[in-house]
Amino acid sequence: MDALILARIQFALTIGFHFLFPAMTLGIALVILISETLYLVKKDEVYRRITDFFARMLGLIFVIGAVTGIVMEFSFGTNWSQYSRTVGDIFGPILAAEGVIAFFLESVFVGVLIFGRKRVSPGVYWMSALLVFLGGHFSAFWIIVANSWMQTPAGYEINAAGKVILSSFFEAVFNPSTVARFLHTVLATWITGAVMVSGIAGYYVVKGLHGEAARAMLKLGIILFAVTPLLQLGAAHSHAIQVIDMQPVKAAAMEGHFQTTRGANIYVLGYVDEDKEKTYGIYIPKGLSFLYNFDFNSEIKGLKDVPKENWPPVNLVFQSYHIMVALGGIFIVLGLLGAWLLWTGKIYTTRWYLWLLPFLIPLPHLAHETGWITAEVGRQPWIIYGLMKTAAASSVVVSAGQLIFSLVMFTLVYLLLFVMFVLLLVKIIKQGPEAS
Amino acid sequence: MENIQNFQILWFVLIFILLLGYALLDGFDLGMAVLLPFLGGTKEEKDTLIASIGPVWDGNEVWLVTGGGALFAAFPQAYATAFSGFYSAMMLVLLALIFRGVSIKFRANDPARAGLWEKAFIGGSALAPLLFGVALGNVIYGVPLDGRMEYAGGFFTLLRPVPLWFGITGLAAVLLQGATWAVLKTQGEMQKRSFRAAGILTVINAVMAVISFAVLAVLFPRLSGNTLFYLAVVITFAGLTGLFFSVRKKNDAVPFWASSLSFIGLFLAAGSAQFPNLITASNDPNLSLTIYNSSTGIYTLQVMAVIALVGMPIVIGYTIFVYRVFKGKANADDHY
Repeated sequence: MDALILARIQFALTIGFHFLFPAMTLGIALVILISETLYLVKKDEVYRRITDFFARMLGLIFVIGAVTGIVMEFSFGTNWSQYSRTVGDIFGPILAAEGVIAFFLESVFVGVLIFGRKRVSPGVYWMSALLVFLGGHFSAFWIIVANSWMQTPAGYEINAAGKVILSSFFEAVFNPSTVARFLHTVLATWITGAVMVSGIAGYYVVKGLHGEAARAMLKLGIILFAVTPLLQLGAAHSHAIQVIDMQPVKAAAMEGHFQTTRGANIYVLGYVDEDKEKTYGIYIPKGLSFLYNFDFNSEIKGLKDVPKENWPPVNLVFQSYHIMVALGGIFIVLGLLGAWLLWTGKIYTTRWYLWLLPFLIPLPHLAHETGWITAEVGRQPWIIYGLMKTAAASSVVVSAGQLIFSLVMFTLVYLLLFVMFVLLLVKIIKQGPEAS
Repeated sequence: MENIQNFQILWFVLIFILLLGYALLDGFDLGMAVLLPFLGGTKEEKDTLIASIGPVWDGNEVWLVTGGGALFAAFPQAYATAFSGFYSAMMLVLLALIFRGVSIKFRANDPARAGLWEKAFIGGSALAPLLFGVALGNVIYGVPLDGRMEYAGGFFTLLRPVPLWFGITGLAAVLLQGATWAVLKTQGEMQKRSFRAAGILTVINAVMAVISFAVLAVLFPRLSGNTLFYLAVVITFAGLTGLFFSVRKKNDAVPFWASSLSFIGLFLAAGSAQFPNLITASNDPNLSLTIYNSSTGIYTLQVMAVIALVGMPIVIGYTIFVYRVFKGKANADDHY
């Protein structure tokens, strides 16, 4: 295999693994902030126990997120040096801003959150929970800015040497896809947190463990689980429209849409034959056009508008996107069902639903991984949409042999981290929100 | 139009400060980790030592992340050349940082394999500063570069004697940071051991500093006219002298500050030898990557200067606040 393919596999592996942890961090930080606010207001020990429980869990999640995050920051230099040389003017400041404005805040106060309960006043402790929440979300913001700039570059000029020069920091940061992508991604992390809390609490309640704390946790989780997928429906919709407007080739790949047409179909599920340029499956006629601007006959651009060499792998994008959407639908249905059970007071005795909840925990991760594949593979063959090809971005001095070594190293190490993470997470869950 | 050179110099200084901040702060937790077998006898003593860095090591490491980001933002050519050129060494750095990070948590939560995680913690903590020192030694001593600014050496080019010496010097300074941190955070028998370690390491560091300065003076004759270099020598030995006396007087806090001072001196010497180069070309001085031929445009440097000069004082402010929250002697029951 050539070095480019190996570098891409390594990036996909390391970012795909890293992504699991910040997604949980943001979701859990939200839950901690809510439960600590309730503790501050209601002075009820139950909420303190819930906060402490999730702070312990956050300690484990955060450390793996942090160490795998450093790998990502290094990777632009180690594996994508041509990319770094070309876009240092824009991409560098975004990563540096992430450090100064966000990651410091999160990392410094996470120490207080995990170790400082007995050392600071309840007010300062609450403030630490707030600052970890904010730091984490600021961090996500800057990383999303970096990615969004690769999808819809703005605020730049190209100089005589072919280097990208920053012309407006504000326009680069708030490029056309930043806000939509940020809302969509953050809500995905909140759903991750909501499902995780509901799953753990559901297990406790059905097993009769941790009494009142488990019930309070379940209530908190289910309310979030009912609300966040609905908010996501709106955010995802606006993001999809933005993709159709700004990255029509990616949008066409997401639906396996080849010919520019008025009244484009939307697939519930299907399969794309890239060679025959046909898409098979169950579809809603004119559905895509309707969702685009509520007009059944609006025009949607097809893949054939651009040369085939500029197409992404269509079926992969199509399948990833549809898995994500299907999962979003499942979350909406199950979240609303949970809210109804909670409202009618039946939730604590509806054993099948409580039993189901823990098995949902991996699903938001599947949704954001497939969503990320849609976004990133859908952008191919470009590393910066319309501006620079991925093939021109990798390091010139790194050999295939070096990459095989590093790829094997990351595969083995991340496998170990994953196994340890699951073991220790299960252990923390078994300890539960003990009264200390 | 404002002079871009001023901003290029400013960014050399700011990255210097970020990397110095990293060396001083992560330095003490990495150094203490390496000394764990010598400072802590029982498991409880080791727990106490690790508890002293538990709440802060994560924030300390962000100085590296931000320093790397700043290098990318200000001098992307140097970032790209060094990180891709030193690829295999960088992968080992990542391996070291991953293991030293996760094994703190794994050791505390996985008693069955605690000994194994402790070894990973110690090994990762020793390897990281050694490799950082070697990398710094290489970019100062010089590596072969080609006309496209790409690294033209191999893995073993990095392991020449002079860069290796930089690595060992850096590791010794980090160990001293760790020993004096342990002096600050422990009491009783453990503190006695920490004082002893700090004393021995002071002597080792003094000998190494003399050799290092001599090596620098021989390698870079131009340093003879450089006031900063002389200042660096004075600061290093002022720090080491302060260490010598404060360790003898069994003072709790002064050794840590004195060790930090001597580390600042070493950094200043390296910085004064390096300026205005970022990566020195050993084959042809004209191929060197300098702050002038490797930087981003003036607008990026200006935007970043605003973010750094507003943001970093705030960061330093709340970092001090959190260190004060956890001040005092460490306690094994306190954490985990």
